Amino acid sequence: MSNVPADLHYTKDHEWIKVAADGTAVIGITDHAQAALGDVTFVDLPKVGAAFNHGDVFGTVESVKAASDLYSPISCEVLEANSGLNNSPDLVNREPYGGAWMIKVKVKNPAELASLLDAAGYAATL
Amino acid sequence: MSDTLSRTPLFALHVELGGRIVPFAGWEMPVQYTGIIEEHMAVRKTAGLFDVSHMGEARVRGRDAAKFLDGIMTNEMSTIKVGMARYTVMCQPDGGCVDDLIVYRLAEEEFLICLNASNAPKDIAWMRAHLGSHQVEVLDECAAWAQLALQGPLAEQILALVTSTPLASIKRFGFVLGEVAGATGCIISRTGYTGSLGFEIYLPAASAEKVARALLTSGKPHGLVPAGLGARDSLRLEANYPLYGHEISERISPIQAGLGWTVKFAKPAFIGREALHRQAQGGPTSSVVLFSLDDRRIARQGAVVYSGETPVGEVLSGTQSPVLGKPIGTALVAAGHASSASLTVDIRGNRIPLHLATEPFVK
Repeated sequence: MSNVPADLHYTKDHEWIKVAADGTAVIGITDHAQAALGDVTFVDLPKVGAAFNHGDVFGTVESVKAASDLYSPISCEVLEANSGLNNSPDLVNREPYGGAWMIKVKVKNPAELASLLDAAGYAATL
Repeated sequence: MSDTLSRTPLFALHVELGGRIVPFAGWEMPVQYTGIIEEHMAVRKTAGLFDVSHMGEARVRGRDAAKFLDGIMTNEMSTIKVGMARYTVMCQPDGGCVDDLIVYRLAEEEFLICLNASNAPKDIAWMRAHLGSHQVEVLDECAAWAQLALQGPLAEQILALVTSTPLASIKRFGFVLGEVAGATGCIISRTGYTGSLGFEIYLPAASAEKVARALLTSGKPHGLVPAGLGARDSLRLEANYPLYGHEISERISPIQAGLGWTVKFAKPAFIGREALHRQAQGGPTSSVVLFSLDDRRIARQGAVVYSGETPVGEVLSGTQSPVLGKPIGTALVAAGHASSASLTVDIRGNRIPLHLATEPFVK
């Protein structure tokens, strides 16, 4: 069974988001997503300052088997992209909720968070 | 095509071993167990065991068997020695490929032919439609056989643990009939589809699970792992072996695919000879190239190849090469561009330079 931490929000497309009190958030993909992708070989991430609306494609995660788009769970502006994934894309398989966070963002519209799934809601989709 | 997927005799074992099951060519097959890269590297460094029981088999026998096969295959069949196998293509009159096959000569007048899974019914129908007045019969033995591919530098050492059949004397593309893990009536063949040393074992379907378990148990201390179709694909692409439906197909001939060495124009007549001869003389309109990328993105099937701003081809297969640590692939490229140093491929809007390879990435 895949791991679904209780303190995160989720999309049906298998992204997770962890929101901090200061209005920033960190986004990645779930344990279920990394298992389905298999060996990740490359993560294509946006530049600092890029802006996305809820549901926009913000990057691509590539495995031996397939390339999959990454969807922004919320409207946001990118503050930092995880450069560690450049040299170690396999972190996505090993630490999907830790070392393999993908982007740190400024949340534009906190009200959108209400549309996301909680851990129980996401687990029910798997 | 039937809507229901077939299962090999090893389906329950795949599930027990944690294989991720996917539909492939009408079969439910494991694409991976622990991970494609790990399984790939095991085959390069130790050994991997693949279930390839989805592959089909046809037995061709009769007084005219060799002559019949010479008339439908591009390679020479009558000169195969008993106990040896040969790779060949079976072509349409226009030179397109019906299938690519391995032909085993069991006796002077008896051959066993290995067919691609998705083509097996088509191949058997094609062979039967071209029997003519030959004294020969084509038997469908797809259900009778299971196939295991034991591949990797330690394959011989591992196989020797479970068979009393002498292995050292089997030449490349040679085979013997023998016993493996108590199962009699097996064909042990020094062939493979990975670019590493190894064997393919044809065995009665009812014995498959017993033999696979014996191999996995005996081979585990030597680094043998079960390997899935994902690693099979990345291994064959590193070795530049064609996959039907990608590098060869009904629209891509053996001449275009760089398999001209399998086409024996010295034979008096065979289906496709005239069309293939024209291509070989005048040069085909397009041909298959092997490439690598100095990039992190993989160019996948269908990605468009450019010369400058002009589309000149498309990617046929693409994956990450675990040995090179970079993307590799094949593409069908229009005549005049097959040795160009300035080709690019479009990957999600990025133009990535193609580095053409003249040799397989592993040998």
